[in-house]
Amino acid sequence: MTVTVLAELLQQNETALLDRWIAVQRAAGIDPNRLDDRSITDNARDLLHALVRAISEGGDDIEHPQWRPVKQLLERLSHVHSQQGFPPTETATFVLSLKEPLFRLIQKSDGNTIELLWACTRLFDQLGLFTMQAYMASREQVIREQQESMLELSTPVVQLWKGVLAVPLIGSLDSNRTQVVMEALLQKIVDTESDIAIIDITGVPTVDTMVAQHLLKTITAAKLMGAKCIISGIRPQIAATIVHLGVELGDVVTKASLADAFQLALRELNVRLVANRLGA
Amino acid sequence: MTAKIPILKMGDYLLISIQVDMHDQLALDLQEDLTEQIVRHSAKGVLIDISALEIVDSFIGRTLSHIASVARILDAKVIVVGMQPAVAITLVELGLSLDGIATALNVEKGMAWLQRNVNEGLRVEAERDDDRDAAAETGD
Repeated sequence: MTVTVLAELLQQNETALLDRWIAVQRAAGIDPNRLDDRSITDNARDLLHALVRAISEGGDDIEHPQWRPVKQLLERLSHVHSQQGFPPTETATFVLSLKEPLFRLIQKSDGNTIELLWACTRLFDQLGLFTMQAYMASREQVIREQQESMLELSTPVVQLWKGVLAVPLIGSLDSNRTQVVMEALLQKIVDTESDIAIIDITGVPTVDTMVAQHLLKTITAAKLMGAKCIISGIRPQIAATIVHLGVELGDVVTKASLADAFQLALRELNVRLVANRLGA
Repeated sequence: MTAKIPILKMGDYLLISIQVDMHDQLALDLQEDLTEQIVRHSAKGVLIDISALEIVDSFIGRTLSHIASVARILDAKVIVVGMQPAVAITLVELGLSLDGIATALNVEKGMAWLQRNVNEGLRVEAERDDDRDAAAETGD
């Protein structure tokens, strides 16, 4: 009952409501640099249209299929807002600021004002929450994407020489990252037909049993493919930790620095570097 | 399935290229065939190319290791070449590190390894002969 009254009220006063709503949004202090007048008007008009239709056809249950256009609109808007770096308050204000003009309208109308107000508040709170949810979802997606790209960026496999690869590991290692390193390294070994891979862990602050386990797995997998791995840059604390944890490194070759490891790799490949003596 | 994995003889070596998905019977047949062929040709080296193999299970992994052990007893060196990263990871996760089997990245490198190692064996024998001659000479 109240819903039909609300729908009628909205339909009859659409233009007035729209003007007032836009004014409220401006007054709320939305940065004009971020959102110009036209997009405010467009967004407001679209949403109001969709809202009127949704309320008259789908009632006040926003799970109703008739509410889908409204939700889609809000989702799109929240997505754009989060992409452009709007603060969450401004995003929520967009929907919630319709309350004031609507309440004034209800006050002027006759009938069961309290019932109408209550229905209205409930509805707009739901919409506000939905908007925030969509905003957060977009934000989280951005964070996830960044995490993924960081994961890819943080595991470069570089070629030092024909047949020699190096993986400079920097930052703490977790299972996820080690997995990525492992796959990237093995693939690169195949692509470049490298005989020797140097895993440099100078930049790794701590090594626990899991990480050591993963490193050993990588080395064994590389060995199965016919490549040899050298670990370099083990810092004193890490060496102590490895021994303390009782991790068996087996016949894995370890070198103090990347330079030592590279030298060993060249020797294995029967390459000799000779200094160019200018005077001679 | 009557199809078998062909075993090619090339000089002192036997070449096996696995181009189909291995199933258990095929692996067992290969093991049997190979032992026979090593003995018949008195092969010194066996090269197994698994670059086309994309799926392995623990049984195939174990059979590979068996093949290598049997070949070693028959005095042939075994090298497995061209293992795909996914296969390597799977074998490691299964706990099969194929200890005692030599590996190489491709057929070319595998062949070079075989030649080097088999020839090295011969050279060592030759050197020993020289040593004995030298010893005999100094003895005189």
